[in-house]
Amino acid sequence: MQVHDMENAGRTQTFLTARRAGLVACRGCGAVHAKGVGACRRCGGTLSSRDAGSLQRVWAWLFAGLIAYVPANLYPMLVTTTFGKTRESTIVGGVIELVEHGSWGVAAIVFAASVVIPIGKFITIAYLALSTRIPVTIRGHGRQRLYEIVEFIGRWSMIDVFVVAILSALVQLNFVVTVNPGIAAVSFALSVAFTMLSAQNVDPRLLWDAYEADDT
Amino acid sequence: MTSDLRTEAVPDAGMGLVACPVCDVLHRDAELAVGARARCRRCGTLLFAPRRSAMTQIVMLAATASVLMVAAVFFPFLELQAGGLSRQSSVFDAVMAFSKGMMLPLSVAVGALIVVLPFARLCAIAYALAPMVFGWAPPAHAAPAMRWAEAMRPWAMAEIFITGVAVALVKVAGLAKVTAGPAFWAFAALVLVTVLKDNLMCKFTIWKTLEERRPS
Repeated sequence: MQVHDMENAGRTQTFLTARRAGLVACRGCGAVHAKGVGACRRCGGTLSSRDAGSLQRVWAWLFAGLIAYVPANLYPMLVTTTFGKTRESTIVGGVIELVEHGSWGVAAIVFAASVVIPIGKFITIAYLALSTRIPVTIRGHGRQRLYEIVEFIGRWSMIDVFVVAILSALVQLNFVVTVNPGIAAVSFALSVAFTMLSAQNVDPRLLWDAYEADDT
Repeated sequence: MTSDLRTEAVPDAGMGLVACPVCDVLHRDAELAVGARARCRRCGTLLFAPRRSAMTQIVMLAATASVLMVAAVFFPFLELQAGGLSRQSSVFDAVMAFSKGMMLPLSVAVGALIVVLPFARLCAIAYALAPMVFGWAPPAHAAPAMRWAEAMRPWAMAEIFITGVAVALVKVAGLAKVTAGPAFWAFAALVLVTVLKDNLMCKFTIWKTLEERRPS
């Protein structure tokens, strides 16, 4: 078996993977086993060379997340009652309000967390899932970077749900002003959870396999 | 030097090898010096980063964080004052914000994400690793506890909650005076300690240690 150096790590290089060596690796602890072993000897986790059903689950959760994202934007996220007058605001409505108040920074955070990140995530996960089937232009390291970003940043979208929870708990001044959560909070939380599950089901080893295959 | 791990020969059972969890490339599992870091040759994923007395530090930090969590849940979190009216709320109130009507499941989910899961993770890690600090064998079910703690990592969202608090504070800042209670600082400290602990935790090293100390 040829040994490669870091210096020539280039596009055309073939690396010896556990699969190519006829072995199965545990993604939890790195231990390597003979093919056909079911449970990891080190951590007890379930072994699979490549998660065969992973793409189906990725797409299923992704569509569930996409569907839940629609009512999240149509229905009110916050219901504010000031001296008996009730006003409902949606996600985008809340951002516009913040901008009108001049809080550009917070408006940017909320807009990023509840609009840019979710939509960016839908597109990125779909792109990564497609990249395992059809050749795409982004190289292996780029694909992995995308995957890492999606895994890292996805959970931060939940911030909007927490903001609603804190505001509803805090702003309860009897008749003067009360803030209550709207139904969109539920669908938004579901959308974030579904997309997190979608991203978790991506088997990054499939991304690298596909990148190798694109190459040849 | 990072590439001390190299593939030379492939023994049948995969003993003495370690595979990158992201791209499946095989590496030889060599003893690393304390403080050294081993990264995957292809994708650069950090494989091993052993540290001196990491176990002790992890267990101490997990214990600290769980004490802080108890304080964070029961002490007053934030106080809102406006026009002679005031409202105190705890983290528990934020969890219960969605408890009216059909949004109750969201209350359960928020409670799980910001209190129950972070706390249960800390307990699982402390349980599995505390005996290791004294050089004892790992306790029964240490492996499932560690696997569970790893699987729940993306769902423990205490740090996202505290950022949500910051956003919510800016939103109400124009409306009323908000004061942070002891629980707020406990929660902020908890987030810092948890981040510190998660950065110290080298997954692969912990699994190897657990395996070596397991009574056979």
